[in-house]
Amino acid sequence: MFDHRARLVSVAQKEHRHIYPMPGWVEHDPDEIWRNVLTVVSQALEKAKLSPTELSALGIANQRETTVLWDRRTGRPVHNAINWEDTRTDRLCQQLAEEYGQERFREKTGLPLSTYFSGPKLRWLLDHVAGVRERAEAGEVLFGTMDSWLLWNLCGRHVTDVTNASRTLLMNIHTLDWDDDLLSMIGVPRAMLPEIRPSSEIYGEAGVALAGVPVASVLGDQHAALVGQTCFHPGEVKCTYGTGSFLLLNTGDRPIASERGLLTTLGYQLGSSRPTYALEGSIAITGALVQWFRDNIGLIGSAPEIETLALTVEDNGGCYFVPAFSGLFAPHWRSDARGVIAGLTGYINKGHLARAVLEATAWQTREVVEAMHADYGGALLELRVDGGMTANNLLMQFLADVLDAPVMRPIVAETVSLGAAYAAGLAVGFWPDLDSLKRNWHKAAEWLPKLDPEVREKGYRKWKKAVARTIEWLDEDDWLAADLVSLSGTQ
Amino acid sequence: MSGPIQSIERAAAILRLLSGRSRRLGVVEMAGQLGLPKGTVHGILRTLQSVGFVEQDRDSGKYQLGAALLHIGSSYLDANELRTRALNWADALATQSGESVRIGTLHEKQVLIVHHVFRPDDSRQALEVGSLVPVHASALGKALLAHHRYLLADLGSGPLPSYTPATITDVKRLGHELEEISGRGWASEVGDLFPGVASIAAPIEDRRGVIAGAISISGPIERLCESTVPRGELVGYVMETARTVSRELGAIPW
Repeated sequence: MFDHRARLVSVAQKEHRHIYPMPGWVEHDPDEIWRNVLTVVSQALEKAKLSPTELSALGIANQRETTVLWDRRTGRPVHNAINWEDTRTDRLCQQLAEEYGQERFREKTGLPLSTYFSGPKLRWLLDHVAGVRERAEAGEVLFGTMDSWLLWNLCGRHVTDVTNASRTLLMNIHTLDWDDDLLSMIGVPRAMLPEIRPSSEIYGEAGVALAGVPVASVLGDQHAALVGQTCFHPGEVKCTYGTGSFLLLNTGDRPIASERGLLTTLGYQLGSSRPTYALEGSIAITGALVQWFRDNIGLIGSAPEIETLALTVEDNGGCYFVPAFSGLFAPHWRSDARGVIAGLTGYINKGHLARAVLEATAWQTREVVEAMHADYGGALLELRVDGGMTANNLLMQFLADVLDAPVMRPIVAETVSLGAAYAAGLAVGFWPDLDSLKRNWHKAAEWLPKLDPEVREKGYRKWKKAVARTIEWLDEDDWLAADLVSLSGTQ
Repeated sequence: MSGPIQSIERAAAILRLLSGRSRRLGVVEMAGQLGLPKGTVHGILRTLQSVGFVEQDRDSGKYQLGAALLHIGSSYLDANELRTRALNWADALATQSGESVRIGTLHEKQVLIVHHVFRPDDSRQALEVGSLVPVHASALGKALLAHHRYLLADLGSGPLPSYTPATITDVKRLGHELEEISGRGWASEVGDLFPGVASIAAPIEDRRGVIAGAISISGPIERLCESTVPRGELVGYVMETARTVSRELGAIPW
């Protein structure tokens, strides 16, 4: 809950279960998620001693791509939700690519054919849950991503927003409508799909439990962070640093086709205004490398201690760590690559390794930033960051150094929630315009580049050499055992 | 199974005594408090000293807990971990108070700034993480000293360095103020370090009840104080945030 000045009024959170029926399969229980939403909303109200009638609006920001099917009449899910990271549609995606070609999908959706996106998951459910296809064709079984499921339960409408729809492989990002060609290629009946709406408008009123509060925004999490960071101008970039990291660059009212394997996606669409597009670059392994260093190597007891260890030395001592644990992603796209630690000498100690682990996040960011600007033009002016890793001061300074641009952390770390609140608040007039939101953005910290350009460029050159050494590690007989990953990792 | 070993029980009692409020004790004092002969206490202390569990102060001859013991028992809270765990709450304090926020820990008789949140306006500010401030002229330092008063002796007996006319330079006077601070739970300085600038700080406790650091807000005296007295509302925000961070670190709620 946020107030007019975007100050955090109250927070409540609750984890829900991950269900792993088989290796590579990940599911969520939609009923559990709905119950948890009601619980955290009432907890947040309770903590702030407020009643639902005092809320101006409610917004939704959700993990993207996760797919739910439910019965229109009873409102009961017909199966667990299939999570975005579930890879059961691996074979299906390969078949679709062979049959129709990647390009046909990329042109219309801005996405590669991949297990991450909702369309193939939806197709899997139609193929594997008895009777569902017939009922879907009759409009009796409905599809939604998590936002649609929550909206259906909150206000009884079958709706999604452009950002969530842009991750299904079913929506044409130029028309912002479901595309008959895509629907027939993936094999999805139109009758089961939600109506695609802007990210910010009053979709309906929440039911009794929430006293009819208007539900007024829906955004995918990374898109919500873009709004929460008030990156409203073309060229503005945010990066959310978690186990993986997500960069979004606002490209204004035109979708930019990437030649470097980035995703073309919707930024947001506010009310009746024109949609804003974005380029998205994801880095599979950032915070996850620190966790790996903690759990698998054991030189540190907690993730923040990596900074303490890294500060025992002046620099990386010439050591570079490329965490290509399941291949290289944007902008290299090499699934035959595996991780390396390069530049080892007798001089290297655990402090240098800790440095190399942290620096990997910064170098990977630079690679994605460069790919984005090669696609989009221009140069990075500043990077707005959020997420857990922004607590790492050494990393943030190093990031500014290798990007040669200021890195800024906003005072509200919960940018995803804030973005949902902003979009909902705009729809109901709680905030008048984007400028009023911009005025709420305050720097909590700023790191300025101070590394000697020669040192920086030498470091980047060495990083690229280290990256080159990861390639072609897998051999024919490794492929059977290896996970074939075609896109980014953790979200 | 054999019964408890008496000398180990006595050694434990001595260590417990040294971990108490006064922190530094002489042999006679300890013998008196434990009801043991002086020679016995002395013998145990020498053994503990040889393994690094206690240390003897060269000037006063008094004993205190040794570094080896602190390393075994504490697995002291990492400063970077403190920043990570406090991040959300420090941000909230900055928005609530409209002032800049700092978190500090003791570092060789000074305060090391481990976290800094800018004042939420659009003015130009530089990140101060990693810088050191004097312990006797900062609210952070006083909040920390109030809970580690045995460190006061390390500051020496002569006058302390002066930064403004308001700096407390007399160790005795500082001692009196520390007593007040530990009673009320918050510290302040009003123009002690920079003319016209005031700070309010409160201690952060970790799950073992040890003071792990302190959190402060700083700003112009006229915004932070009613004449020269810190505003009650702001003191409340700082103390509430310190409590929340302590809870986050697993301290028992109070």
